[in-house]
Amino acid sequence: MRFLWWPGRRSELNEEITAHLRMATQERIVRGENPKHAAQSARREFGNAALIHETTHDQWGWRWLETLLQDVRYGLRTLHKWPGFTTVAVLTLALGIGANTALFSIVNGVLLKPLPYPHPERLVTLHESKPNFPTGSISYPNFRDWEKNNHTFSAMAIARGSDFGLTGRGDAERVRAEFISSNFFDILGVKPILGRNFAPGEDEIGAAAPIALISEGFWKEKLGGAPNVLGQALILDGKSYTIVGVIPAKFDLTTQSFIPKQIYVPFGQWGSPWLTNRFAGLAIHGIGRLKPGVTLEQARADMTSVTNALAAAYPADDKNIGATILPIKDDMLANIPFYLEVLLGAVGFVLLIACVNVANLLLARSTGRTREFAIRSALGAGHGRLIRQLLTESVLLAIFGGGLGLLAAQWGTRGALALLPSELPRAAEVGLDLHVLLFTMGISVLAGILFGLAPAFKIVRNDLQKRLKEGGRGSSASRQATQTTFVLVEMAMTLVLLVGAGLMVRSLAALGNVDPGFRPDHVLTFGITLPAPMTHASPDAIRAALRQTEDVMKSVSGVQSVSLSFGAFPMSGDDEQFFWHAGQPKPTSESDMNWALSYVVDPDYLRVMGVPLKSGRFFTIQDNEHAPLVAVVDDVFARKYFGSSSPVGQRIRTMQSGNSEVEIIGVVGHVNQWGLDSDSSNSLRAEIYMPYMQLPGDSFPVAAAGTGAAIRYQGADAPLFSAIRRALQRANSDNIVYDAETMGGIISDSLAVRRFTMQILGIFAAFALLLSTIGIYGVLSYVVGQRSNEIGIRMALGAQRSDILQMILGHGARMAAAGIAVGLLAALGLTRLMSGILFGIGATDPLTFVGVSVLLILVALAACYIPARRAMRVDPMVALRYE
Amino acid sequence: MKQHYQNRIELLQGTLDLLILQTLQWGAQHGYGISQAIRSRSGDALQVDTGSLYPALHRLEHQKWIKADWKTSGNNQRVRVYQLTAAGKKQLLSERSRWQQISEAIAGILSPAKENET
Repeated sequence: MRFLWWPGRRSELNEEITAHLRMATQERIVRGENPKHAAQSARREFGNAALIHETTHDQWGWRWLETLLQDVRYGLRTLHKWPGFTTVAVLTLALGIGANTALFSIVNGVLLKPLPYPHPERLVTLHESKPNFPTGSISYPNFRDWEKNNHTFSAMAIARGSDFGLTGRGDAERVRAEFISSNFFDILGVKPILGRNFAPGEDEIGAAAPIALISEGFWKEKLGGAPNVLGQALILDGKSYTIVGVIPAKFDLTTQSFIPKQIYVPFGQWGSPWLTNRFAGLAIHGIGRLKPGVTLEQARADMTSVTNALAAAYPADDKNIGATILPIKDDMLANIPFYLEVLLGAVGFVLLIACVNVANLLLARSTGRTREFAIRSALGAGHGRLIRQLLTESVLLAIFGGGLGLLAAQWGTRGALALLPSELPRAAEVGLDLHVLLFTMGISVLAGILFGLAPAFKIVRNDLQKRLKEGGRGSSASRQATQTTFVLVEMAMTLVLLVGAGLMVRSLAALGNVDPGFRPDHVLTFGITLPAPMTHASPDAIRAALRQTEDVMKSVSGVQSVSLSFGAFPMSGDDEQFFWHAGQPKPTSESDMNWALSYVVDPDYLRVMGVPLKSGRFFTIQDNEHAPLVAVVDDVFARKYFGSSSPVGQRIRTMQSGNSEVEIIGVVGHVNQWGLDSDSSNSLRAEIYMPYMQLPGDSFPVAAAGTGAAIRYQGADAPLFSAIRRALQRANSDNIVYDAETMGGIISDSLAVRRFTMQILGIFAAFALLLSTIGIYGVLSYVVGQRSNEIGIRMALGAQRSDILQMILGHGARMAAAGIAVGLLAALGLTRLMSGILFGIGATDPLTFVGVSVLLILVALAACYIPARRAMRVDPMVALRYE
Repeated sequence: MKQHYQNRIELLQGTLDLLILQTLQWGAQHGYGISQAIRSRSGDALQVDTGSLYPALHRLEHQKWIKADWKTSGNNQRVRVYQLTAAGKKQLLSERSRWQQISEAIAGILSPAKENET
């Protein structure tokens, strides 16, 4: 045995033994022995020096390591000797471990890594819970009271997104901005890389001079990273803001209601006339930091008493208004953890199948190695030693597979994330880190032990001596039974994965067949900001400017119809209108009024969106600011508020119309505002349309600062959008056109996470199918080899080739069918777990179950066909000669 | 073969440790010296098997009951000399009292038998 360890100590031991022998010889010579004889008898008396050396150095306590190294060296030699086997096994494992590593690195980045803020466990998001909206927006007066009256938060802040027109620095441009409380970044522990955060009081309404924080990205791209940026002015919507700080680019908080912006300004700078309205829903949401030691439950209880007190004090505005407090991570991730858990379960199956396949390969190879192990056992290797050797080999295989899998995962993770249209929060944090490495190493070693155990015990349990006599043929019957079980197990697991993927495919297909209530193809939506001075113009001037804008767009070739839109588009954002029947008294509290989703649009809107008119009429150009107020409702609204009678001709009053009555003039089809999958489960579905030009006068400055527009077009969207932008900027160079999105893109994005899950699940199922096909092929090939004598005899006795084909295919089909039967049972239990992400079908959708079973059995039979044909070609004479 | 050797070490372990520690009590000594000392002090009755001696020495060293140093002998050749540590002295005391107990116990078993015979 050679030492890698402590060579110095080893030679010292030699020296010690030599010294002993020398002294013993010396003494014998002194006693009068002949020197030559003395040396010999001293050596004889000493005993087996090599063995003593060995047993002595065992005492040093490193024996296990040396054995391990020895096993590893031997294992490497063995793997090298079987390159075909090693390649297949390593590739199989790389597939299984790589898929697991890729998914784990996503889970690690998205779910496990702590958020990059101090004490993230104390961070929460704040919302108002109100009828129809569990996470609704907070009104400014309510927030100020929450801030003042709570006892469980060390701080609270609010934020609201808003775009600004930036002028005075090159072309007029739309910039993403956010109104924030002074302490917004302090709560998150984010420090500016330059300058300062806002100071207390600077966010009050009517506070001193306007100031702004800018993002590092904006600073570098727009302002050239100038070091003297602090104190410079930015003209936003015509108002001058002084830059006081730069927020680091690494700040990337993304919640359901917040994304990083280019510019942040103090909340009080928002000139909205509704800001001081206690009931207004203005898309304001909050964050908070709990005091140390305060639990979520305590904070919720505290806020309940705060909001109850407000409801008592301001019943008209705050009746039924509560507070919703969510851990910040929950708000960021929404239902993503659930999708990831489903995928994590699926990918575990892929690894198990890979393990089963490699175990099968090892079993097949063990026949060839029976002699080797019998000889090693005869030479004194104990069973434990042999098992350890075999496990070392299988763990080595797994580690190679894991290494290769890690590389594949790096590439695969990037590929997987590319399937997502940046929908996944924290995707930037997905990558290789220590946790991922440890995970990969851990599952590699575990997998190695798992698939190594069965063959190892198999080899050891059999009487090795007897096998030696048999010439190494081994007992094939029990091996075949084990292999058959393995195939059955992997068929079953493959079926489960296929069913899972199939259910996702069917769900998406069902979603694709959902009628969204409008025709999303060839619809382009975008935003328009009129030149900044227009925000101070009269409503009539703004109306005129908007009409002119519309005419400009209509003149662009390819544009078929145009509608401005104030508020929401289908499936993106939402806006509400409160109303009551004209004949009834105004409800005392706003939460007692009826709610409807509101769309403020132009007469051509139905043509743009392809929403069908059900009865009555839609708006005309005459339904303008001088005409009586009118509205159109959808059929959900009609059914809900007017039952079977027609709403056409009925009158309502709205918060917006005040004392004037609004006549309902038509009914249109329902539009799935809340997305294809969840619209029907939402409580707020009634929809009301109002003419853009009949908006109250005080809304027009807001509209000038940013209005939506939708067009139906012919041809390609990108060149058309450029043409529109050019045309509008030709009309006025300070017009800003931004945020172009096709309706089709919006729908597609709304299904992104679901589609991602389907694609990944599909890839996993394909892996599983591939592996189990290889598995059943391998086992059947082995069976044909084992039974070739029998086949020869059968043929000699008159069996037809087709009988043999049938026999072997039958064998394969039985294995596959048994696996499918077990798999169906397992799938019945397991798919129930994913019913939360299915749509339009049950978790036990019969079509999926049957279809997938048929697919699997066909693939299995195809895999069996090759060995079956080989069996058919067995020459009876050759087979019998071997007997 | 190896197994065989290890078993024998196991068998002698307790006594051999005591004998080695006791021998080193009289002064530092190398392996050969220890085996000679045990042989001569026992009147040639005990022959220490080198196959047991060296593993035992290295084990005792590993347990820090003895420590080893290289000394250069008169003819300029190195020998490894073992020496008792403080922990080794303590161990020797406890091994001695254990041996005392065992021999008294065995003597107790043996002596009544003698009485019965007479």
